[in-house]
Amino acid sequence: MSTTTTNDSGARRAAPAGERLADWADGRLGIYSLAKSNMRKIFPDHWSFMLGEVCLYSFIIIILTGVYLTLFFHPSMNEVVYNGSYVPLQGQLMSEAFNSTLHISFDVRGGLLIRQIHHWAALIFLAGMFVHMMRVFFTGAFRKPREINWLFGFLLFVLGMFTGFTGYSLPDDLLSGTGVRFMEGAILSVPIVGTYISFFLFGGEFPGHDFVARFYSIHILLLPGIMLGLMVGHLILVFYHKHTQFAGPGKTNNNVVGMPLLPVYMAKAGGFFFLVFGVIAAVAAIATINPIWAIGPYRSDQVSTGAQPDWYMGFAEGLIRAMPGWEINIWGHTLVLGVFIPLVIFPLVLAAIAVYPFIESWVTGDKREHHILDRPRNAPTRTAFGVAWITAYMVMLVGGGNDLWATHFHLSINAVTWFVRIAFFAGPVVAFVATKRICLGLQRRDRDKVLHGRESGIIKRLPHGEFIEVHEPLSQEQLHTLTAHEQYVPVEIGPLVDEHGVERKLKGSEKLRAKLSSAYYGELNQISKPTADEYKEITSGHGHH
Amino acid sequence: MSSQDIPEENLPAAQETTLDKVTGADEKHPFADPGLPPHEHRIQDIDERAAKRSERTVALLFTVSMLATIGFIASFVAFPADKSIYVFPIGHISALNFSLGLTLGVALFAIGAGAVHWARTLMSDVEVADERHPIEASPEVKSKVLDDFRQGAKESALGRRKLIRNTMLGALTLVPLSGVVLLRDLGPLPETKLRHTAWRRGKLLVNMNTNQPMRPSDVAVGSLTFAKPEGLEEHDEEFQNEIAKAALMLVRLQPDDIKDKKELEWSHEGIVAYSKICTHVGCPISLYEQQTHHVLCPCHQSTFDLSDGARVIFGPAGHALPQLRIGVNADGYLEALGDFEEPVGPAFWERG
Repeated sequence: MSTTTTNDSGARRAAPAGERLADWADGRLGIYSLAKSNMRKIFPDHWSFMLGEVCLYSFIIIILTGVYLTLFFHPSMNEVVYNGSYVPLQGQLMSEAFNSTLHISFDVRGGLLIRQIHHWAALIFLAGMFVHMMRVFFTGAFRKPREINWLFGFLLFVLGMFTGFTGYSLPDDLLSGTGVRFMEGAILSVPIVGTYISFFLFGGEFPGHDFVARFYSIHILLLPGIMLGLMVGHLILVFYHKHTQFAGPGKTNNNVVGMPLLPVYMAKAGGFFFLVFGVIAAVAAIATINPIWAIGPYRSDQVSTGAQPDWYMGFAEGLIRAMPGWEINIWGHTLVLGVFIPLVIFPLVLAAIAVYPFIESWVTGDKREHHILDRPRNAPTRTAFGVAWITAYMVMLVGGGNDLWATHFHLSINAVTWFVRIAFFAGPVVAFVATKRICLGLQRRDRDKVLHGRESGIIKRLPHGEFIEVHEPLSQEQLHTLTAHEQYVPVEIGPLVDEHGVERKLKGSEKLRAKLSSAYYGELNQISKPTADEYKEITSGHGHH
Repeated sequence: MSSQDIPEENLPAAQETTLDKVTGADEKHPFADPGLPPHEHRIQDIDERAAKRSERTVALLFTVSMLATIGFIASFVAFPADKSIYVFPIGHISALNFSLGLTLGVALFAIGAGAVHWARTLMSDVEVADERHPIEASPEVKSKVLDDFRQGAKESALGRRKLIRNTMLGALTLVPLSGVVLLRDLGPLPETKLRHTAWRRGKLLVNMNTNQPMRPSDVAVGSLTFAKPEGLEEHDEEFQNEIAKAALMLVRLQPDDIKDKKELEWSHEGIVAYSKICTHVGCPISLYEQQTHHVLCPCHQSTFDLSDGARVIFGPAGHALPQLRIGVNADGYLEALGDFEEPVGPAFWERG
């Protein structure tokens, strides 16, 4: 800061306009200090790091198009007679919500496009979050210090599901209304308070006259508001922690290697926003989504076949379809287990993946920061758990479309349902075992490559007639990369008796932890990576097997 | 491939001497980190003509974007909202939606492609390393903060003046109650509303399609007919709520085929009336298989046997569909002989 006014004005005249503007802002916002650490911030490069960007950008697209849609949408359940330009529905009774959605689709120029972009972006947002979450999971990016950011991301995924569901319900068409009815039926199954929650949510009996307006404020204000906050927090933490990176030459746990935010990532990430937006706009131009005019307005006594929710609710739908219809009647009350159990399993399955980072860090007892990503093969038990989880999820996704599987593949609906019921339990077990074995196989292969080099495919005949395959040794970079991962040693539980021969009191949790630890890092559960001595031994002359 | 192609150092005899990799960096990392690989120049870094080509490509993409935006505005003006065009292989689609979407898509995508191409070919691609610093504060910072906190807590006297603390906690706990109380009027209490429908003794069964009362002869064998109680009209204020419970399906069976005794008793000339609302989560049932007398809910595939008290034979529903007792009035029209005796639709805690 200059101390005299003359100096100040002199500097002002000399500096270009942009700098003067920045000076002005710095004096009020302190932007220089902020930019000092962030403008040339380094981001590592890997294709999987853009999955999170897809989520961020589709969220922005959803907000932009959503604001546009609110300009035309009437969140009202008043019944009106349609007299817009879509001929087949003229003269029909429908809610104002449905009427205004038809208006957006047929009479507002570009309205249909924005509606379709909004819906497509929502599907991509949810799919993006799912895949992004898997990326973070399988590479162990959720480890300290990023557990809280993992939870932020998880909450975004769950809230995204509900924001999607409430938005999907707003047009009040026959399909979405059926989905809302399903939700009401599920709420009714809750013991003791179910009917009360349902009556309070719907302002009385289903469907009532209120739910569209109520879902509207939840969909456009409450949930997106929370999500926006979480997303900002998520990004601040990404900046604060600095991005993770894969192991490689020059990359350590104490640095981050990549290119600077300005200009490379400004251009790449900024450009990527336009790529995502452009692709979604083109998809919305070509592929119709949720043609509510073909589905018709909601009537509580009508339904169409092949009723399906959006994909992200397919898992919940599968649970409700696969569950046997258990009901217990006792003391004048009904316990609707056939609906209530799926309603409980749904959040439990989601929670299993949410709390995983805390379970793993308890098993390892590792309190250090981790910034180098794991290759999935190097964490076989974690990878196997993740694949088992995805298997359960996918089985239920199949279950959510059991009627479509039956009709498209000419199967019996009963057979598909029974398959789903069994596979929900058996599938994850099979997937766990198979994945773990594949991971261990890949670890063995890496070990082999380090010790014996890369198979070159060249067969050489030696002068005395012996054939050998030529193995090309790996470069120092490759050797380092393939052996950079850390291998834990299973937790020792210690002797069961103390030095006086008295049995030690062991807490159950300690025993469990030791068991889990050996399941994670025991002899058969990871392939010990080659040591320098082994390498020297093999490469020092008598190593060509 | 002849043996001359094999690099000499890869031959077994040579390997013994060339494999002098740096090993034993430390216990955990058997192979030392060789450090960042040297930067490899792209063609644009060394050949100005290639760089110029890149520049032109980027500029072309940005120009395409501008043209596409003009195309967007032109489409908006040119195409009426109801014009439909044939586009292979999609079929007949809205000309406006298609042209607006494609031009917008191209306009956006070209900006993105231009920016990414610019970044990849012309901006520096030298990898740089930044230091990371531990997130945890140093012990000095931590003890300073804890001291400050203790000082602040002491100055507030919260620990010493228990009366203030307890009453404050009490007040802060109670005040959200107002918000909870305010939610009370979100809806009425359930009371017994879920137990009653619009059906009463003597209400005629009105055909959903024709809006006319029905005679037994109107219900053909093998067909599924939907009915509502007389007096309930589409434009009624509470139509949706009432029909959500009162929707009825009628099927005519051969009386001999009816296995359930009560079902036979409550039927008329083989015509049975069941609630159309699935007992699982409340979807309206709409699929009827006349050979087996099964009805199937299209939402979750619960299947009910209408010839056997509508008991559940497959799927997630927990109990049979409620039956409505019907008869014929003096004029020969089908009528209800009362309301459903049990609640229709999904089960709930108070159902019993």
